[in-house]
Amino acid sequence: MKQNKLRITLYALLLTILFSTLSIQFAYAQDDIPTDDEVNEVAKGLYCPVCENTPLDVCPTEACKQWRDVIRTQLAEGKTKEEIEQYFVDYYGDRVLAEPPRTGLNWLVYILPPAVILLGAVLLFKNFQAWTKPKKTESVSSQERSASSSSDKYISQIEEELKKRK
Amino acid sequence: MLAEFGYGVLVVSFLVTVYSGVAAFFGVRKNSASLIESARRAQLLTFPLITVSSFVLIYLLVNNHFEVSFAYEVTSRSMPTYLKITAWWGGQAGSLLFWSWLLAAFTSLVTLRKWDRDIEFLPWVIVVSAITLAFFLFMIIFHENPFTRYWLVAGNVVESMFKPTVEATIFTPENGRGLNPLLRHPGMIIHPPMLYLGFVSYVIPYSFAIAALITGRTDDRWTRITRRWSLWAWLFLSFGLVLGGRWAYDVLGWGGYWGWDPVEIAAFMPWLTGTAFLHSVMIQEKRGMLKQWNMVLIILTYALVIFGTFLTRSGVLSSVHSFANSPIGPFFMGFVTLTLVVSVYLLIRRWNDLRSETEMKSMLSREALFLLNNLLFIGILVVCFWGVIYPLISELATGFKVTVGPPYYERATGPLFAGLLFLMAVAPFSAWGHSTLQTLGKAIWKSTLASFVLTIILFFTYTQNLYAIIGFFLVALAIFSTLHEFWRGTIARQKTQNENFFTALSNLMMRNRRRYGGYIIHISMALMAIGILGIELFQKETQGTVAAGEALNVGNYTVEYRELASWDVPSDDVNYTRAVLDIYENGIYLGQLYPRIDYFYDAEQTMTIPGQRSTFRDDLYILLVDWQPASNTGATFKIYVNPLVNWLWIGSLLFLLGIIFAAWPDKELEPVKVKPSAQQTSAAD
Repeated sequence: MKQNKLRITLYALLLTILFSTLSIQFAYAQDDIPTDDEVNEVAKGLYCPVCENTPLDVCPTEACKQWRDVIRTQLAEGKTKEEIEQYFVDYYGDRVLAEPPRTGLNWLVYILPPAVILLGAVLLFKNFQAWTKPKKTESVSSQERSASSSSDKYISQIEEELKKRK
Repeated sequence: MLAEFGYGVLVVSFLVTVYSGVAAFFGVRKNSASLIESARRAQLLTFPLITVSSFVLIYLLVNNHFEVSFAYEVTSRSMPTYLKITAWWGGQAGSLLFWSWLLAAFTSLVTLRKWDRDIEFLPWVIVVSAITLAFFLFMIIFHENPFTRYWLVAGNVVESMFKPTVEATIFTPENGRGLNPLLRHPGMIIHPPMLYLGFVSYVIPYSFAIAALITGRTDDRWTRITRRWSLWAWLFLSFGLVLGGRWAYDVLGWGGYWGWDPVEIAAFMPWLTGTAFLHSVMIQEKRGMLKQWNMVLIILTYALVIFGTFLTRSGVLSSVHSFANSPIGPFFMGFVTLTLVVSVYLLIRRWNDLRSETEMKSMLSREALFLLNNLLFIGILVVCFWGVIYPLISELATGFKVTVGPPYYERATGPLFAGLLFLMAVAPFSAWGHSTLQTLGKAIWKSTLASFVLTIILFFTYTQNLYAIIGFFLVALAIFSTLHEFWRGTIARQKTQNENFFTALSNLMMRNRRRYGGYIIHISMALMAIGILGIELFQKETQGTVAAGEALNVGNYTVEYRELASWDVPSDDVNYTRAVLDIYENGIYLGQLYPRIDYFYDAEQTMTIPGQRSTFRDDLYILLVDWQPASNTGATFKIYVNPLVNWLWIGSLLFLLGIIFAAWPDKELEPVKVKPSAQQTSAAD
């Protein structure tokens, strides 16, 4: 059974190579040959280990071209996007994926930023509560301060003017 | 000989810099005016010295001195002179020299201009700047020397500053490798200096902040003195980022302007803290609050600037291995850590003196909303920093590298940017000190209504995508409410001052430059958001191989392949391959586009130049991916339709105008306005 599958795969591979060497117009007339768009759709989410931070669909290097051919072959075999991604992960490791898989230590990637932001929000909120408790002594100095600033005067002037209009 | 001279001058400038820092330090400690003056003069000497050294380097670059390794790496015979000059910052060693040159210039500007007025801070400013400059010069002299030369030693080529052995002779390669062709684009020629101008400008406010911490001046004197510096720093940094985006769009050939690459993020991070600082520093000036927080922000900005300089040029963060092997990696990290630790120590020492002078009164007050804005900016910073650093952590902990790519950044920062848009709409209407939901609601309901109407129209005519709908609503709200704010102020002024509308508007803006410059920036940010939403959510693409006379379709566009030509231009040392395409929209002929691939013989590298047709509605962006040279009949094209992306560039232009408007010096008014209020605050303390 397994051998059979292997044989079919090899056969498909051979056929694909054969097709791709034939005239391009001919190849594109065939429905079962994946289009560039279908290949790019998968390649978009993959990163080769050599070209840092360049997704596979736009990477101009020869190595990446070969990877795209691998994707084309596998698509022709009927593999899904997930299966192809898994194939590359098995061969080259998690780094080919655009994001770390959500397992083990990698959870830190997804948890830490929201946790820090949440913590910041909580701290800010607590401080707000502490600050907004009424304190009589402070209000005087703050009035002095706002009076000293020319642009604040301007704002209050605008505010007053708006009140008058209402 | 010349290279040795350039290097020698560099060594002298290093020694002078160290002297100026040490003399300034002991000058203040021992209260010796003459020592301080001597430190100042030494500091002023650094600029001409580094200028001479830079001139020597430029001379070597321009005159094809390929025996100098830096000249070999970044120039070639076919490069025009202006490009050879700009190659100064085209490689790491030269760019570090450029950085140092800028820092020497800026510090000299500060010590020359207002020496008597700011005498209490300036010796410390010299100390901080000298430490920074000495570090950079040290890195250049010992690790990234642009003056090293090639030597022939027993048939082998060796790179060394001085003659390695007695028999060694200078080796001069026939031609240089030439600047990376990607960097020969006009955008890329100005992009690095803009970024560096921004980076280095931030050293000045940082130096004043540290000076304030050391001298114990707890008022807002340091922020007032450096207000313009931080604005100009922000201007240059923003301009640098925008240029970088435009360059990527025009040259990198992936249909985008921003790829969340660590190098881009390295320049973006100081911008984030710088933007947060720009806002929160206003709270300190108006309300005497957040002094500690502003210190934290400027310290962070400085650390990120050093970190960014190092990251943008070295690429060492690509793996733990390359970091450890890089001669400069550990030094840079060591320096960043050291300055952070010392700065934080100084801050903690003054922590209690920097308490707020007033208290927050309402959660909807302007200062409270500014704090929320700071939280969002810092949130984006955390996302960015963590995304850049995590691959290293993973490699250290598990031995495996991972990629943290665009999906992570987009998902994590999207809501935060949306929050910023919302704050941009609301915050201008809240008052300093106190605001309630009622007053805010009253001020904003008209803009909200208008935005709703517009969004509903968009829903029926343009898109049903939920993210787009939310995004467009927020953009509309930000623009309408900001315009309303202009309107409100102008009408108020018209009534009180009896002026006509346009006089009132122009007087209103001229008298509150920072405020209305800020509003222009807000509108431009909203316009940029339109472009980002367009390209992120609605980009269409297709790729295909066609023979002459055949066409590819994407969206409403039809792209018909006519012909292709390939030719050499020996004077440029470049081979050009250019396709000719007919463009139709809904069957109507629009004209031709010419996507191109340039092959640079000297650098053995290609550059993909897209054919672009830009309108307010969308960009048609076509790349020549491949062609068949034998038959010359078939060629592969990648076609993008990037909706609304032009608004990103329109927004960028308005953005620059806004900052220039806000930062333009009005020298005559400044001393009169600043001095009394500064004295007032210090007297109040």
